[in-house]
Amino acid sequence: MALPEGWEMVVGLEVHTELKTATKLFCGCENAFGSEPNSRVCPVCLGLPGSLPVLNERAVELAMAIGIALHCTIAPSTFHRKNYFYPDMPKDYQISQYDLPINARGYLDLPDGSRVTIERAHLEEDTGKTTHLGGSGRIHGADRSLVDYNRSGVPLVEIVSGPDIRTPEQARAYAAELRGILIATGASDGRMEEGSMRIDANVSVRKSGDPFGTRCEIKNLNSLRSLTRAIEYEALRQIDVIEDGGTIRQETRHWDEVAGETSTMRTKEEAEDYRYFLEPDLVELAPEQAWQDRVRDGLGPMPAARRATLAALLSDPQPAQLDAIEVVVDLSLDDYVHAAHEAGADVAIALARAANEIAANIDGRANLTPSAFSHTVLMEQRGELSATQAKTVLGDLLTSGGDPVAIAAARGFEQLSADSLADTVATLIVENPDEWQRYREGDDKLAQFFIGLVMKATRGQANGKAVIAELQQRR
Amino acid sequence: MSASLTREDVAKVAALARLRLSDEELDLYTEQLSKVLQHADDMQQLDLTGVAPTAHPFGLINVVREDVVRPSLSQADVLAAAPDAEDGRFAVPRIVGEAP
Repeated sequence: MALPEGWEMVVGLEVHTELKTATKLFCGCENAFGSEPNSRVCPVCLGLPGSLPVLNERAVELAMAIGIALHCTIAPSTFHRKNYFYPDMPKDYQISQYDLPINARGYLDLPDGSRVTIERAHLEEDTGKTTHLGGSGRIHGADRSLVDYNRSGVPLVEIVSGPDIRTPEQARAYAAELRGILIATGASDGRMEEGSMRIDANVSVRKSGDPFGTRCEIKNLNSLRSLTRAIEYEALRQIDVIEDGGTIRQETRHWDEVAGETSTMRTKEEAEDYRYFLEPDLVELAPEQAWQDRVRDGLGPMPAARRATLAALLSDPQPAQLDAIEVVVDLSLDDYVHAAHEAGADVAIALARAANEIAANIDGRANLTPSAFSHTVLMEQRGELSATQAKTVLGDLLTSGGDPVAIAAARGFEQLSADSLADTVATLIVENPDEWQRYREGDDKLAQFFIGLVMKATRGQANGKAVIAELQQRR
Repeated sequence: MSASLTREDVAKVAALARLRLSDEELDLYTEQLSKVLQHADDMQQLDLTGVAPTAHPFGLINVVREDVVRPSLSQADVLAAAPDAEDGRFAVPRIVGEAP
């Protein structure tokens, strides 16, 4: 997208990610999505009088892992109470980190080469879930809200970027790369649709070279698509206001995915005064160097390094192959491609099959072993399966597992014998003398024409490379 | 007294904490809280060069527990303590607006 001439947007993102721990941040209740309402709560996460929070060691380690992956400094930190009245927090405060976060000052390099600074990545607890019943709701026209506290106290890390993002596409790339890192560290499953990663965007606009303008914070961005649409809408809205002689008020705005627009939630004057103060029930968190080192040593390679490793397997990576690598790393399919490579298979074919066929049925991964994948790719490479047949075999493997050789046999994917292929080609040459003549005179494009005819005649059982070899032999 | 607190300050803090105070209480708390701030102000006068900031009087750090699931309360017990419930959830007066 393009902004009007001379304008630039300035965007910073706040990404909240739920941590993949067994229990909540300050109590032993299970951290699980989709349970019976209010079945995973206890006196601590209900804020009952006399209960005391105790910090989850694993949550601290996952927060450190995120900080390390984002090149942050892990510093001694404290917890604060953020006080507000809203029924999603039964204590009437959220325990968060304020002036001293566990991770500070890092950066994230994006695939396009740009760098986005990270201001902080701190620990806090999630809130409960409220459901609003309107006047025409299910219960005798009553106006009330229902609250489920299963999510209350689930560990979160909030990652705050610097105001370094300049386009919706860069915001999307940042969120996607960050999501990959959160998955690679084991901190999160990165499922935006289940709310385990949520994004707020701070957006302002300025004439290129001017100081930063007044920013608005956009809430409720639950997908990468919402993120890019909301940022674009908001930047254009602000430019319209300013060009009409108005000024931007600092405010919080709500993104409406259906209407495709943002609207005022509350202005700065109405902003909450959270009256932060030190949480007296928790002591300082200051992970010693040895603890930090253990977390660092336990981290596997991050997405950027994994993409580089895969690209290094190709002698001359093409743009389409680099795209496939991005998909493969994003979906954590690296193991399949490496297994195929080690089995002696062609990496380009393995990448294409992983980025297309496996990606198309990602939930079927559990049925597909790296060895069955490698074997299928090898069969395609050796011409025992055509590309179409290999895709079908992979589809079957993803659906129900099994052995690729047996599946190919059961489906009747007998590769055409060399004799049979030669006969087919010979017949087609006779039937299409003009095209054959032009091919013989050097028009290589006609090879595709003959491959198409052979595929039609053999119902897809022929191998494209074998057809070309046969054509060239007769040329 | 440099740390002076006005009646309006106290009224604002009370409003933020959803406390309804009578005129007499406002006067009383203005006086009491001013003394607390005065005490803090006195300490600010001390020379603390070389003294590390303290986050907690216990002097402990890194108090953590293992990430092991412990039993939660039953939904029935939890909701038995609620003034009102529906569909396994706490029922509260309708909330206007979104969470902060």
